Amino acid sequence: MSATVVTITSGKGGVGKTTATANVAAALAAEGHKVVCIDADIGLRNLDVILGLENRIVYDLVDVIEGRCRLRQAMIRDKRLPTLHLIPAAQTRDKSAVSPSDMVRLCNELRHEADWILLDSPAGIERGFRNAIAPADIVLVITNPEISAVRDADRIIGLIEAEEKGPARLVVNRLKPEMVRRGDMLAIEDVVELLAVDLIGVVPDDEQVVVSANRGLPIVLDGKSRAGQAFRNIARRLQGETVPFLDLESGAGFFERLSRFLRSGGN
Amino acid sequence: MSIQVEIKGIREGLLVTLGDGSWDEREAALLSHLDEKGAFLRGARIALSVGAQPLKAVQLGRLRDAISERGLTLWAVLSDSPKTQETAQNLGLATRISKPRAGRSIKSLETRFQGGEETILVQRTLRSGYRLENEGNVVVIGDVNPGAEIIAGGHVIVWGRLRGMVHAGAQGKEDAVVCALDLSPTQLRIADKISLTPKRRGKPKPEMARLVDGAVVAESWSPKKITGMDTV
Repeated sequence: MSATVVTITSGKGGVGKTTATANVAAALAAEGHKVVCIDADIGLRNLDVILGLENRIVYDLVDVIEGRCRLRQAMIRDKRLPTLHLIPAAQTRDKSAVSPSDMVRLCNELRHEADWILLDSPAGIERGFRNAIAPADIVLVITNPEISAVRDADRIIGLIEAEEKGPARLVVNRLKPEMVRRGDMLAIEDVVELLAVDLIGVVPDDEQVVVSANRGLPIVLDGKSRAGQAFRNIARRLQGETVPFLDLESGAGFFERLSRFLRSGGN
Repeated sequence: MSIQVEIKGIREGLLVTLGDGSWDEREAALLSHLDEKGAFLRGARIALSVGAQPLKAVQLGRLRDAISERGLTLWAVLSDSPKTQETAQNLGLATRISKPRAGRSIKSLETRFQGGEETILVQRTLRSGYRLENEGNVVVIGDVNPGAEIIAGGHVIVWGRLRGMVHAGAQGKEDAVVCALDLSPTQLRIADKISLTPKRRGKPKPEMARLVDGAVVAESWSPKKITGMDTV
Protein backbone atom coordinates (compact mmCIF):
# COMPACT_ATOMS: atom_id res chain seq x y z
CA MET A 1 0.00 0.00 0.00
CA SER A 2 1.43 3.35 -0.97
CA ALA A 3 -0.66 6.41 -0.39
CA THR A 4 -1.16 9.38 -2.65
CA VAL A 5 -0.51 12.66 -0.86
CA VAL A 6 -3.00 15.36 -1.80
CA THR A 7 -2.43 18.89 -0.57
CA ILE A 8 -5.38 21.28 -0.49
CA THR A 9 -4.37 24.91 -0.64
CA SER A 10 -5.64 28.30 -1.83
CA GLY A 11 -3.51 31.30 -0.93
CA LYS A 12 -6.49 33.30 0.22
CA GLY A 13 -8.13 32.43 3.51
CA GLY A 14 -11.76 31.47 3.96
CA VAL A 15 -12.39 29.98 0.53
CA GLY A 16 -13.10 26.49 1.88
CA LYS A 17 -9.80 24.59 2.10
CA THR A 18 -10.69 22.90 5.37
CA THR A 19 -14.25 22.13 4.31
CA ALA A 20 -12.96 20.63 1.07
CA THR A 21 -10.34 18.56 2.91
CA ALA A 22 -12.88 17.20 5.37
CA ASN A 23 -15.42 16.37 2.69
CA VAL A 24 -13.11 14.84 0.10
CA ALA A 25 -11.57 12.78 2.90
CA ALA A 26 -14.98 11.64 4.13
CA ALA A 27 -16.05 10.81 0.57
CA LEU A 28 -12.94 8.69 -0.01
CA ALA A 29 -13.38 6.97 3.34
CA ALA A 30 -17.05 6.30 2.61
CA GLU A 31 -15.89 4.34 -0.44
CA GLY A 32 -13.76 2.23 1.87
CA HIS A 33 -10.34 3.78 1.30
CA LYS A 34 -8.06 4.27 4.25
CA VAL A 35 -7.63 8.04 4.55
CA VAL A 36 -5.43 10.09 6.85
CA CYS A 37 -6.08 13.84 7.04
CA ILE A 38 -3.32 16.05 8.36
CA ASP A 39 -4.12 19.55 9.54
CA ALA A 40 -1.03 21.58 8.63
CA ASP A 41 -2.52 24.83 9.90
CA ILE A 42 -0.53 24.84 13.13
CA GLY A 43 -1.78 27.47 15.55
CA LEU A 44 -5.13 27.94 13.81
CA ARG A 45 -6.48 24.43 13.64
CA ASN A 46 -9.99 23.84 12.31
CA LEU A 47 -10.11 20.50 10.57
CA ASP A 48 -10.78 18.68 13.85
CA VAL A 49 -13.82 20.89 14.43
CA ILE A 50 -15.26 20.38 10.94
CA LEU A 51 -14.81 16.63 11.30
CA GLY A 52 -16.32 16.71 14.80
CA LEU A 53 -13.23 15.18 16.39
CA GLU A 54 -12.08 18.11 18.51
CA ASN A 55 -12.84 16.55 21.89
CA ARG A 56 -10.79 13.44 21.10
CA ILE A 57 -7.44 15.15 20.57
CA VAL A 58 -4.69 13.89 22.83
CA TYR A 59 -1.55 14.20 20.73
CA ASP A 60 -1.00 16.38 17.68
CA LEU A 61 1.23 16.85 14.65
CA VAL A 62 3.96 18.69 16.55
CA ASP A 63 4.02 15.95 19.22
CA VAL A 64 4.69 13.41 16.47
CA ILE A 65 7.41 15.48 14.86
CA GLU A 66 9.12 16.29 18.13
CA GLY A 67 8.94 12.63 19.14
CA ARG A 68 6.64 12.92 22.15
CA CYS A 69 4.35 10.24 20.77
CA ARG A 70 4.19 7.60 18.09
CA LEU A 71 2.48 8.31 14.80
CA ARG A 72 -0.34 5.87 15.59
CA GLN A 73 -1.10 7.61 18.87
CA ALA A 74 -1.78 10.93 17.16
CA MET A 75 -4.13 9.41 14.60
CA ILE A 76 -7.72 9.93 15.68
CA ARG A 77 -10.09 7.42 14.14
CA ASP A 78 -13.51 8.67 13.10
CA LYS A 79 -16.28 6.58 14.65
CA ARG A 80 -18.77 7.07 11.79
CA LEU A 81 -16.23 6.30 9.05
CA PRO A 82 -13.79 3.78 10.53
CA THR A 83 -11.25 4.22 7.71
CA LEU A 84 -10.99 7.98 8.23
CA HIS A 85 -8.20 9.27 10.46
CA LEU A 86 -7.08 12.72 11.52
CA ILE A 87 -3.73 13.99 12.69
CA PRO A 88 -4.68 17.33 14.25
CA ALA A 89 -2.52 20.44 14.30
CA ALA A 90 -1.07 21.84 17.51
CA GLN A 91 -2.95 24.89 18.67
CA THR A 92 -0.36 26.27 21.09
CA ARG A 93 2.52 26.43 18.60
CA ASP A 94 3.07 28.07 15.23
CA LYS A 95 4.16 27.14 11.72
CA SER A 96 7.86 27.31 12.55
CA ALA A 97 7.49 24.25 14.80
CA VAL A 98 7.50 22.11 11.65
CA SER A 99 9.76 22.17 8.58
CA PRO A 100 9.10 21.01 5.03
CA SER A 101 11.48 18.07 5.49
CA ASP A 102 9.60 17.02 8.66
CA MET A 103 6.41 16.86 6.62
CA VAL A 104 8.05 14.80 3.88
CA ARG A 105 9.37 12.35 6.49
CA LEU A 106 6.00 12.10 8.23
CA CYS A 107 4.14 11.45 4.99
CA ASN A 108 6.66 8.87 3.85
CA GLU A 109 6.10 7.02 7.11
CA LEU A 110 2.34 7.20 6.60
CA ARG A 111 2.42 6.10 2.97
CA HIS A 112 2.60 2.44 4.01
CA GLU A 113 -0.44 2.71 6.21
CA ALA A 114 -2.99 4.51 4.06
CA ASP A 115 -4.44 4.86 0.58
CA TRP A 116 -4.82 8.62 0.72
CA ILE A 117 -3.15 11.32 2.76
CA LEU A 118 -4.93 14.67 2.63
CA LEU A 119 -3.07 17.73 3.81
CA ASP A 120 -5.01 20.83 4.76
CA SER A 121 -2.75 23.81 4.06
CA PRO A 122 -2.95 27.11 5.92
CA ALA A 123 -3.68 30.31 4.00
CA GLY A 124 -0.73 32.35 2.83
CA ILE A 125 2.44 31.68 0.89
CA GLU A 126 4.92 31.42 3.75
CA ARG A 127 6.34 28.60 5.85
CA GLY A 128 3.01 26.92 6.51
CA PHE A 129 2.25 26.70 2.79
CA ARG A 130 5.70 25.31 2.05
CA ASN A 131 5.30 22.72 4.80
CA ALA A 132 2.03 21.58 3.27
CA ILE A 133 3.27 21.50 -0.30
CA ALA A 134 6.57 19.70 0.33
CA PRO A 135 5.24 16.10 0.43
CA ALA A 136 2.45 16.56 -2.15
CA ASP A 137 1.88 14.25 -5.11
CA ILE A 138 -1.25 16.12 -6.18
CA VAL A 139 -2.14 19.70 -5.33
CA LEU A 140 -5.72 20.94 -5.31
CA VAL A 141 -6.13 24.69 -5.42
CA ILE A 142 -9.44 25.93 -4.03
CA THR A 143 -10.84 29.24 -5.15
CA ASN A 144 -14.12 31.12 -5.06
CA PRO A 145 -15.55 32.84 -8.11
CA GLU A 146 -14.33 36.22 -6.84
CA ILE A 147 -11.56 38.32 -8.29
CA SER A 148 -9.46 38.46 -5.12
CA ALA A 149 -9.59 34.71 -4.57
CA VAL A 150 -8.78 34.01 -8.22
CA ARG A 151 -5.84 36.41 -8.09
CA ASP A 152 -4.42 34.58 -5.05
CA ALA A 153 -5.05 31.22 -6.69
CA ASP A 154 -3.02 32.41 -9.67
CA ARG A 155 -0.12 33.31 -7.41
CA ILE A 156 -0.32 29.99 -5.61
CA ILE A 157 -0.41 28.04 -8.89
CA GLY A 158 2.73 29.91 -9.95
CA LEU A 159 4.46 28.95 -6.69
CA ILE A 160 3.37 25.33 -7.08
CA GLU A 161 4.85 25.28 -10.58
CA ALA A 162 8.06 26.83 -9.26
CA GLU A 163 8.31 24.06 -6.64
CA GLU A 164 7.81 21.55 -9.47
CA LYS A 165 4.66 20.21 -7.85
CA GLY A 166 2.42 21.18 -10.74
CA PRO A 167 0.22 21.11 -12.58
CA ALA A 168 -2.23 22.02 -9.85
CA ARG A 169 -5.89 21.07 -10.17
CA LEU A 170 -8.60 23.57 -9.55
CA VAL A 171 -11.71 23.42 -7.38
CA VAL A 172 -14.13 26.33 -7.69
CA ASN A 173 -16.04 26.47 -4.44
CA ARG A 174 -19.17 28.35 -3.44
CA LEU A 175 -20.50 29.04 -6.89
CA LYS A 176 -23.91 30.70 -7.02
CA PRO A 177 -25.51 29.75 -10.35
CA GLU A 178 -28.19 32.42 -9.86
CA MET A 179 -25.60 35.18 -9.64
CA VAL A 180 -23.61 33.84 -12.59
CA ARG A 181 -26.78 33.85 -14.68
CA ARG A 182 -27.37 37.48 -13.80
CA GLY A 183 -23.78 38.29 -14.72
CA ASP A 184 -22.92 39.30 -11.14
CA MET A 185 -20.41 36.54 -10.48
CA LEU A 186 -17.44 35.21 -12.42
CA ALA A 187 -18.42 32.19 -14.46
CA ILE A 188 -16.44 28.96 -14.31
CA GLU A 189 -15.16 29.57 -17.84
CA ASP A 190 -13.72 32.96 -16.82
CA VAL A 191 -11.91 31.45 -13.86
CA VAL A 192 -10.52 28.52 -15.83
CA GLU A 193 -9.48 30.78 -18.71
CA LEU A 194 -7.47 33.02 -16.41
CA LEU A 195 -5.86 30.29 -14.34
CA ALA A 196 -5.23 27.91 -17.24
CA VAL A 197 -5.23 24.71 -15.16
CA ASP A 198 -7.46 21.63 -15.17
CA LEU A 199 -10.72 21.83 -13.27
CA ILE A 200 -11.41 18.93 -10.91
CA GLY A 201 -14.55 20.19 -9.22
CA VAL A 202 -17.22 22.86 -9.00
CA VAL A 203 -19.02 23.08 -5.68
CA PRO A 204 -22.25 25.08 -5.49
CA ASP A 205 -22.87 27.41 -2.59
CA ASP A 206 -24.95 25.56 -0.01
CA GLU A 207 -26.11 26.78 3.38
CA GLN A 208 -26.09 23.22 4.62
CA VAL A 209 -22.27 23.27 4.49
CA VAL A 210 -22.24 25.71 7.41
CA VAL A 211 -24.85 23.69 9.29
CA SER A 212 -22.90 20.48 8.82
CA ALA A 213 -19.64 22.16 9.85
CA ASN A 214 -21.28 23.35 13.05
CA ARG A 215 -22.42 19.81 13.74
CA GLY A 216 -19.03 18.34 12.88
CA LEU A 217 -20.63 16.11 10.27
CA PRO A 218 -19.15 16.35 6.74
CA ILE A 219 -21.76 17.30 4.14
CA VAL A 220 -20.84 14.36 1.87
CA LEU A 221 -22.62 12.13 4.37
CA ASP A 222 -25.83 13.98 3.51
CA GLY A 223 -27.05 12.23 0.35
CA LYS A 224 -29.38 15.07 -0.60
CA SER A 225 -26.91 17.95 -0.66
CA ARG A 226 -25.67 19.25 -4.04
CA ALA A 227 -22.43 20.41 -2.43
CA GLY A 228 -21.99 16.95 -0.94
CA GLN A 229 -22.48 15.42 -4.39
CA ALA A 230 -19.89 17.81 -5.82
CA PHE A 231 -17.35 16.74 -3.18
CA ARG A 232 -18.09 13.06 -3.83
CA ASN A 233 -17.44 13.71 -7.51
CA ILE A 234 -14.08 15.32 -6.70
CA ALA A 235 -13.14 12.22 -4.72
CA ARG A 236 -14.01 10.03 -7.71
CA ARG A 237 -12.09 12.24 -10.16
CA LEU A 238 -9.06 12.03 -7.85
CA GLN A 239 -9.18 8.26 -8.36
CA GLY A 240 -9.00 8.79 -12.10
CA GLU A 241 -12.67 8.35 -12.93
CA THR A 242 -14.29 10.59 -15.50
CA VAL A 243 -17.36 12.10 -13.89
CA PRO A 244 -19.43 14.74 -15.66
CA PHE A 245 -19.72 18.07 -13.88
CA LEU A 246 -22.97 18.83 -12.09
CA ASP A 247 -25.28 20.86 -14.26
CA LEU A 248 -25.50 23.98 -12.13
CA GLU A 249 -25.98 26.90 -14.38
CA SER A 250 -28.28 25.99 -17.19
CA GLY A 251 -30.98 28.56 -17.71
CA ALA A 252 -33.59 25.94 -16.85
CA GLY A 253 -36.72 26.87 -14.98
CA PHE A 254 -37.77 25.43 -11.67
CA PHE A 255 -39.77 22.51 -13.02
CA GLU A 256 -37.11 21.37 -15.43
CA ARG A 257 -34.55 21.49 -12.66
CA LEU A 258 -36.93 19.63 -10.37
CA SER A 259 -37.48 16.87 -12.91
CA ARG A 260 -33.77 16.56 -13.54
CA PHE A 261 -33.26 16.44 -9.80
CA LEU A 262 -35.74 13.58 -9.50
CA ARG A 263 -34.26 11.73 -12.48
CA SER A 264 -30.80 11.88 -10.97
CA GLY A 265 -32.16 10.06 -7.96
CA GLY A 266 -32.11 13.03 -5.62
CA ASN A 267 -28.43 13.67 -6.02
CA MET B 1 39.79 20.28 1.69
CA SER B 2 37.17 22.72 2.77
CA ILE B 3 35.35 25.17 0.62
CA GLN B 4 35.66 28.79 1.43
CA VAL B 5 32.52 30.62 2.52
CA GLU B 6 32.86 34.37 2.50
CA ILE B 7 30.26 36.47 4.29
CA LYS B 8 30.13 40.20 3.78
CA GLY B 9 27.70 42.74 5.21
CA ILE B 10 25.91 44.82 2.58
CA ARG B 11 23.11 47.35 2.77
CA GLU B 12 20.46 44.72 1.99
CA GLY B 13 21.73 42.11 4.47
CA LEU B 14 24.51 39.58 4.01
CA LEU B 15 26.30 38.72 0.80
CA VAL B 16 27.55 35.13 0.88
CA THR B 17 30.06 34.04 -1.75
CA LEU B 18 30.97 30.38 -2.13
CA GLY B 19 34.39 29.13 -3.19
CA ASP B 20 34.91 26.60 -5.97
CA GLY B 21 33.83 22.98 -5.76
CA SER B 22 30.94 20.69 -6.63
CA TRP B 23 27.50 21.94 -5.71
CA ASP B 24 26.98 19.28 -3.02
CA GLU B 25 30.24 20.27 -1.34
CA ARG B 26 29.48 23.95 -1.62
CA GLU B 27 25.99 23.50 -0.23
CA ALA B 28 27.32 21.43 2.67
CA ALA B 29 30.04 24.00 3.36
CA LEU B 30 27.50 26.81 3.40
CA LEU B 31 25.11 24.99 5.72
CA SER B 32 27.78 23.90 8.17
CA HIS B 33 29.11 27.45 8.20
CA LEU B 34 25.61 28.75 8.97
CA ASP B 35 25.25 26.12 11.70
CA GLU B 36 28.47 27.32 13.33
CA LYS B 37 27.57 30.97 13.19
CA GLY B 38 23.85 30.23 13.65
CA ALA B 39 23.14 32.24 16.77
CA PHE B 40 25.13 35.20 15.51
CA LEU B 41 23.49 35.34 12.08
CA ARG B 42 19.93 34.47 13.12
CA GLY B 43 17.27 36.51 11.32
CA ALA B 44 19.63 37.76 8.62
CA ARG B 45 18.66 38.13 4.98
CA ILE B 46 21.07 36.35 2.70
CA ALA B 47 22.03 37.09 -0.88
CA LEU B 48 23.97 34.12 -2.22
CA SER B 49 26.49 34.40 -5.00
CA VAL B 50 27.04 31.06 -6.75
CA GLY B 51 29.08 32.10 -9.79
CA ALA B 52 28.36 30.10 -12.92
CA GLN B 53 26.72 27.20 -11.02
CA PRO B 54 23.55 26.04 -12.83
CA LEU B 55 20.86 25.20 -10.27
CA LYS B 56 17.55 23.38 -10.64
CA ALA B 57 14.42 24.32 -8.76
CA VAL B 58 14.70 21.27 -6.48
CA GLN B 59 18.26 22.16 -5.49
CA LEU B 60 17.54 25.81 -4.88
CA GLY B 61 14.26 25.06 -3.13
CA ARG B 62 15.99 22.59 -0.82
CA LEU B 63 18.72 25.10 -0.02
CA ARG B 64 16.18 27.83 0.66
CA ASP B 65 14.27 25.54 3.02
CA ALA B 66 17.48 24.46 4.74
CA ILE B 67 18.43 28.10 5.22
CA SER B 68 15.02 29.01 6.57
CA GLU B 69 15.19 26.07 8.99
CA ARG B 70 18.27 27.78 10.42
CA GLY B 71 16.30 30.94 11.07
CA LEU B 72 17.67 32.88 8.11
CA THR B 73 16.07 34.05 4.90
CA LEU B 74 17.43 33.53 1.42
CA TRP B 75 16.14 36.43 -0.66
CA ALA B 76 18.50 36.69 -3.61
CA VAL B 77 20.68 34.43 -5.70
CA LEU B 78 23.36 35.99 -7.86
CA SER B 79 24.65 33.95 -10.72
CA ASP B 80 26.03 34.17 -14.23
CA SER B 81 24.08 31.07 -15.19
CA PRO B 82 20.82 31.89 -17.01
CA LYS B 83 19.39 28.59 -15.74
CA THR B 84 20.03 29.58 -12.12
CA GLN B 85 18.64 33.06 -12.70
CA GLU B 86 15.46 31.61 -14.14
CA THR B 87 15.11 29.11 -11.30
CA ALA B 88 15.62 31.86 -8.73
CA GLN B 89 13.01 34.06 -10.38
CA ASN B 90 10.55 31.16 -10.48
CA LEU B 91 11.01 30.68 -6.75
CA GLY B 92 10.42 34.40 -6.21
CA LEU B 93 14.01 35.18 -5.31
CA ALA B 94 15.79 38.31 -6.50
CA THR B 95 18.62 37.88 -8.97
CA ARG B 96 20.49 41.08 -8.34
CA ILE B 97 21.00 43.14 -5.24
CA SER B 98 20.69 46.71 -6.34
CA LYS B 99 19.74 48.42 -9.52
CA PRO B 100 22.68 49.58 -11.60
CA ARG B 101 23.07 53.32 -11.76
CA ALA B 102 20.79 54.85 -14.34
CA GLY B 103 23.46 56.87 -16.15
CA ARG B 104 25.74 53.94 -16.74
CA SER B 105 23.13 51.40 -17.62
CA ILE B 106 21.45 53.57 -20.25
CA LYS B 107 24.77 53.88 -21.98
CA SER B 108 25.44 50.17 -21.94
CA LEU B 109 21.84 49.58 -22.94
CA GLU B 110 22.17 51.62 -26.12
CA THR B 111 25.19 49.72 -27.28
CA ARG B 112 23.35 46.51 -26.63
CA PHE B 113 20.36 47.58 -28.62
CA GLN B 114 22.54 48.51 -31.54
CA GLY B 115 23.85 44.99 -31.46
CA GLY B 116 20.24 43.78 -31.57
CA GLU B 117 20.86 41.43 -28.64
CA GLU B 118 19.43 40.74 -25.21
CA THR B 119 15.90 39.85 -26.14
CA ILE B 120 14.45 37.17 -23.94
CA LEU B 121 11.72 34.82 -24.95
CA VAL B 122 9.38 33.44 -22.32
CA GLN B 123 7.10 30.62 -23.35
CA ARG B 124 4.66 30.20 -20.48
CA THR B 125 1.93 31.94 -18.54
CA LEU B 126 3.28 34.64 -16.24
CA ARG B 127 1.22 34.40 -13.08
CA SER B 128 0.59 36.79 -10.24
CA GLY B 129 3.75 37.49 -8.25
CA TYR B 130 6.07 36.74 -11.16
CA ARG B 131 8.43 39.58 -11.99
CA LEU B 132 10.38 39.51 -15.22
CA GLU B 133 13.15 42.04 -15.66
CA ASN B 134 15.35 42.41 -18.67
CA GLU B 135 17.50 45.23 -19.90
CA GLY B 136 16.62 44.39 -23.48
CA ASN B 137 13.36 43.33 -25.11
CA VAL B 138 10.87 40.84 -23.76
CA VAL B 139 8.77 38.48 -25.85
CA VAL B 140 6.15 36.38 -24.10
CA ILE B 141 4.28 33.54 -25.77
CA GLY B 142 1.47 33.03 -23.31
CA ASP B 143 -0.67 35.16 -21.01
CA VAL B 144 0.51 37.75 -18.52
CA ASN B 145 -1.96 37.53 -15.64
CA PRO B 146 -2.94 40.33 -13.25
CA GLY B 147 -0.31 40.73 -10.53
CA ALA B 148 2.57 39.73 -12.82
CA GLU B 149 5.12 42.39 -13.80
CA ILE B 150 7.31 42.82 -16.83
CA ILE B 151 10.03 45.43 -16.75
CA ALA B 152 12.02 45.79 -19.95
CA GLY B 153 14.63 48.21 -21.11
CA GLY B 154 13.28 47.79 -24.63
CA HIS B 155 10.07 46.60 -26.26
CA VAL B 156 7.55 44.15 -24.85
CA ILE B 157 5.60 41.81 -27.09
CA VAL B 158 2.99 39.46 -25.70
CA TRP B 159 1.48 36.78 -27.87
CA GLY B 160 -1.49 36.32 -25.56
CA ARG B 161 -3.48 38.34 -23.06
CA LEU B 162 -1.61 41.09 -21.28
CA ARG B 163 -3.39 41.83 -18.00
CA GLY B 164 -0.54 42.44 -15.59
CA MET B 165 1.74 45.46 -15.20
CA VAL B 166 4.15 46.21 -17.99
CA HIS B 167 6.93 48.76 -18.21
CA ALA B 168 8.68 49.13 -21.55
CA GLY B 169 11.69 51.38 -22.06
CA ALA B 170 12.20 51.30 -18.29
CA GLN B 171 15.50 53.10 -18.47
CA GLY B 172 14.25 56.00 -20.50
CA LYS B 173 13.89 54.59 -24.00
CA GLU B 174 10.92 56.63 -25.24
CA ASP B 175 10.44 54.84 -28.54
CA ALA B 176 9.76 51.50 -26.82
CA VAL B 177 6.45 49.85 -27.68
CA VAL B 178 4.17 47.31 -26.03
CA CYS B 179 2.25 44.91 -28.24
CA ALA B 180 -0.26 42.26 -27.21
CA LEU B 181 -3.05 40.21 -28.74
CA ASP B 182 -5.27 41.51 -25.94
CA LEU B 183 -3.76 44.65 -24.50
CA SER B 184 -5.53 45.08 -21.15
CA PRO B 185 -2.74 45.67 -18.62
CA THR B 186 -3.59 46.83 -15.10
CA GLN B 187 -1.00 49.53 -15.72
CA LEU B 188 1.13 50.31 -18.71
CA ARG B 189 4.33 52.33 -18.50
CA ILE B 190 6.57 53.47 -21.29
CA ALA B 191 9.77 55.27 -20.26
CA ASP B 192 8.56 57.61 -17.49
CA LYS B 193 4.90 57.82 -18.57
CA ILE B 194 2.20 55.82 -16.83
CA SER B 195 -1.25 55.01 -18.17
CA LEU B 196 -4.20 52.93 -17.10
CA THR B 197 -6.17 50.82 -19.55
CA PRO B 198 -9.71 52.01 -20.11
CA LYS B 199 -12.43 49.39 -19.69
CA ARG B 200 -12.73 47.54 -22.94
CA ARG B 201 -16.01 46.77 -24.63
CA GLY B 202 -16.41 44.09 -27.24
CA LYS B 203 -13.90 41.61 -28.54
CA PRO B 204 -10.23 42.11 -27.72
CA LYS B 205 -8.01 42.82 -30.69
CA PRO B 206 -4.25 43.01 -31.14
CA GLU B 207 -2.94 46.42 -30.19
CA MET B 208 0.31 48.30 -29.91
CA ALA B 209 0.98 51.01 -27.36
CA ARG B 210 3.65 53.68 -27.76
CA LEU B 211 4.41 57.24 -26.79
CA VAL B 212 3.02 59.96 -29.03
CA ASP B 213 3.88 63.51 -27.91
CA GLY B 214 4.56 62.34 -24.38
CA ALA B 215 1.30 60.41 -23.97
CA VAL B 216 0.71 56.67 -24.12
CA VAL B 217 -1.43 55.80 -27.14
CA ALA B 218 -2.76 52.37 -28.02
CA GLU B 219 -3.56 51.63 -31.62
CA SER B 220 -4.94 48.65 -33.42
CA TRP B 221 -2.33 46.35 -34.78
CA SER B 222 -4.19 45.53 -37.97
CA PRO B 223 -2.30 46.19 -41.21
CA LYS B 224 -4.83 48.76 -42.41
CA LYS B 225 -4.27 51.10 -39.52
CA ILE B 226 -0.53 50.81 -39.36
CA THR B 227 -0.09 52.95 -42.47
CA GLY B 228 -2.22 55.70 -40.94
CA MET B 229 -0.91 55.28 -37.42
CA ASP B 230 -0.71 58.95 -36.52
CA THR B 231 -4.40 59.56 -37.00
CA VAL B 232 -5.42 57.12 -34.25
